[in-house]
Amino acid sequence: MTLERRAAMAKLLAGRGDDLLVVPGLGSTAWDAAAAGDNDRNFYLWGAMGGAAMIGLGLALAQPTRRVAVITGDGEMLMGLGSLATIGIQRPRNLAVIVFDNGVYGETGMQPSHTQGGVDLIGVARACGIAACLDVRDQNALAGLVRRLKNLRETLFARVMIAAEEPPRVLPLRDGVALKERFRGAIGVKP
Amino acid sequence: MTAHTNDWPDRLFETLKRGGVRQVGYVPDAGHARLIDRCRADDEIRDVVLTTEEEGIALAAGAWLGGERAVLLMQSSGLGNCINMLSLARTCRFPLLMFITMRGEWEEFNPWQVPMGSIVDPVLKLCEAEVYRVHNPDDVAGTAERAVQQAFGGERIAAVVLSQQLIGKKVWTK
Repeated sequence: MTLERRAAMAKLLAGRGDDLLVVPGLGSTAWDAAAAGDNDRNFYLWGAMGGAAMIGLGLALAQPTRRVAVITGDGEMLMGLGSLATIGIQRPRNLAVIVFDNGVYGETGMQPSHTQGGVDLIGVARACGIAACLDVRDQNALAGLVRRLKNLRETLFARVMIAAEEPPRVLPLRDGVALKERFRGAIGVKP
Repeated sequence: MTAHTNDWPDRLFETLKRGGVRQVGYVPDAGHARLIDRCRADDEIRDVVLTTEEEGIALAAGAWLGGERAVLLMQSSGLGNCINMLSLARTCRFPLLMFITMRGEWEEFNPWQVPMGSIVDPVLKLCEAEVYRVHNPDDVAGTAERAVQQAFGGERIAAVVLSQQLIGKKVWTK
């Protein structure tokens, strides 16, 4: 059973609160986040494949009173698998890494990813020392993830099983300097 | 060498503290061993051991988004692991301060260190980094101070490259 990606993203970000900072990973998850409604507290990635989780870690360590959600795809996560080991050691209480897993590289023509071949990202995250791991395959589990994210108290890893589909692209701002400045401005970081 | 000359990692650590650095990402490296120990022992600094150096580029970007200063410690071979991720710093003008210990250039026993070591400076320049080469231990802290200003003041990439001559050669047989 799988979920529809746009609806899943909309549920995760609905009524998100000013203290939620979001790092949408390169590719479809960035379009999903933009489709859910642009927000100054989103730092969309148009590149840096494999880096989303580590950007989230640096941000979570710097902003311990705010919640940080990295929301990325299985391909992007696979390129930075080592970062789960790094996060597993740091374990900031305010970091959630949420992977939309459809088992394919959607941006490049739907080639199968390692997860389709049997690589289990939940197993990887757990083996890296992240105790709170959620396997989200239906609306109930998604509602559970939304609750956990609203009340984040420990490093959280979630795999959201989504259908392999390509909804129309919704493209966010792509000027990196502008994205950085508006994000820092929104959370009141000094220049 | 005098005791003063040998304590460059301690003076570098003090410079980073004065510069307000709060996160230090690193892949363990013999040349940075003393500095890593100092960071690990400091309550104000979060030391983040990485599985590969490119993680540190992303860590530093995230830190800056959240208003903190991070630095990245690595060996010359690690720079090669970073090249695409440096696009993040270049595209978004994230400040990035790297301290790179050299291998493969002076009394190197291991020829496998030479290919990457030999292209560190041109690669850094191609990636729009300001490169500060240091050969003398007494110049490390002062150079680091300028690099801190360059990176965080100007939101630029700055790399302090510590020559192998300064680090000393690796002892292979005891």
